[in-house]
Amino acid sequence: MSHRTTTTRRLAVAAAAALALSLGVTACGSDGGSTASGSTSSAPSGSAASPSAGGSAGGSVPKASGDITVFAAASLKETFTELGKRFEAANPGAKVTFNFGGSSSLATSINSGAPADVFAAASPATMKTVTDAGGASGQPATFVKNTLTIAVPKGNPKHITGLNGLTASGVKVALCAKEVPCGAAALTALKAAGVNLTPVTLEQDVKGALTKVELGEVDASLVYRTDVKADAGKIDGVDFPEADKAVNDYPIAALAKAPNKDGATAFVAYVQSPEAKQVLGAAGFQAP
Amino acid sequence: MPRRRRHPQRVPVTLLLPALLGLAFLTLPLVGLLVRAPWSTLSDQLTSTAVWEALRLSLVCATAATAVSLVLGVPLAWLLARTELPGRRVIRALVTLPLVLPPVVGGVALLLVLGRRGIVGSWLDSTFGVTLPFTTTGVVIAEAFVAMPFLVISVEGSLRAADPRYEEAAATLGASRLTAFGRVTLPLIAPGIAAGAVLAWARALGEFGATITFAGNFPGRTQTMPLAVYLAMESDPEAAIALSLVLLVVSVAVLAGLRDRWMSTP
Repeated sequence: MSHRTTTTRRLAVAAAAALALSLGVTACGSDGGSTASGSTSSAPSGSAASPSAGGSAGGSVPKASGDITVFAAASLKETFTELGKRFEAANPGAKVTFNFGGSSSLATSINSGAPADVFAAASPATMKTVTDAGGASGQPATFVKNTLTIAVPKGNPKHITGLNGLTASGVKVALCAKEVPCGAAALTALKAAGVNLTPVTLEQDVKGALTKVELGEVDASLVYRTDVKADAGKIDGVDFPEADKAVNDYPIAALAKAPNKDGATAFVAYVQSPEAKQVLGAAGFQAP
Repeated sequence: MPRRRRHPQRVPVTLLLPALLGLAFLTLPLVGLLVRAPWSTLSDQLTSTAVWEALRLSLVCATAATAVSLVLGVPLAWLLARTELPGRRVIRALVTLPLVLPPVVGGVALLLVLGRRGIVGSWLDSTFGVTLPFTTTGVVIAEAFVAMPFLVISVEGSLRAADPRYEEAAATLGASRLTAFGRVTLPLIAPGIAAGAVLAWARALGEFGATITFAGNFPGRTQTMPLAVYLAMESDPEAAIALSLVLLVVSVAVLAGLRDRWMSTP
């Protein structure tokens, strides 16, 4: 009898230990996500939150419902947030959740099994890493183009007028890392201009490069024209002619392993609709 | 209570099972790293100068951060353990805050204080023309910020365990407080200092969040191994695995080599 109670107590202790362990795991997961600029944070929570509940329900009506998880390039943050709201309004029952980040890290997450429905990348090269791995459902569609501009603090205190101005002594420049699309485009533009530039930091995504200008920690950064437009209250943009040599096409695709296939298809179609084109155009994106 | 006393103590299965699960949970990811390592191309991956630059920078910065932690942290620990400061509990909580604070928050805070437009940073910039973000010094500062609490805690614990009567005896023999600290206290708590230094060094070596936020990312200047791993993961997972292996080997070597010598004090 007493042996039995001991066993029960032991089991209780073990259960408590297991619970503590699982809590610890959850805590670690969310911490790791926040450290890695949010690129992985929604992956585990998404898997729990997005069973394809609405996928089959939408069969009779050509409208989307259920959770739709969209992984999108950081430069699409403002426009896609707006498009998500409009999409939800047009499709009652649909809930669009975004994971914005550097296209490359998003592609890595998708290739490692993140439960995403849609991927919108800032360059065909990053989309290719997903399509090559068999991750896309059908051909990706190019929905917008974007070009670079020089972001400078309000009033342009260093009087930068073009790419050449970035190499002046005392001018600190942040670029995107060459691994992410804005960095690849920046390299192309600098090469086209014949400018040999040493930045002070290589950021993981375009918003990181922009923030460093906003904080005043750097004097200039090469970002997308749309980013400057979205942040016009805090920074100015300086256009340069070589930007035409580094135009980024933005492809979007529904994903092969999408938990909500109907929702994915509907959202991809919506992003290419005239209404969405208007929102994207107003933000400074160009038609493909 | 135990019916039979066996030499190797019988482990109850309700303890053994979670224990083994815990062991597997902690070690399997590392095994996975070894299994997935691109052994055939590993030598090519590791002979690139970028890897050595990142590793060298990591080792140099972690060591410098540990030195900073020693110089500032040991006196701080002494202050917490041996004096009756008003509000000492609050001070201790503040000192250990970086232990639980997400490192990236520390990086943001550092940027806002020591950045070019920060409270201290703008003064440094205008007076001395010194800017700390995006410099190797910035990496050391970020690493010291997250690593020093480990040292302070370890040293404070040793100081509390060490008998203050030795210091009092030294004082009665005419030693000044500083002499007593240097000649009596320091040798007494040397193992604790060493343990704290190793912990701080290991923490600094793995620092990511504060570094990338405050010091940015540039090869050869601020790109330490964890940053290199993160960036490589975006485009070249094999390279990321190779880099991770290097960091793993360095960490294991240091912990295994020093643990028995310095950290076995109960």
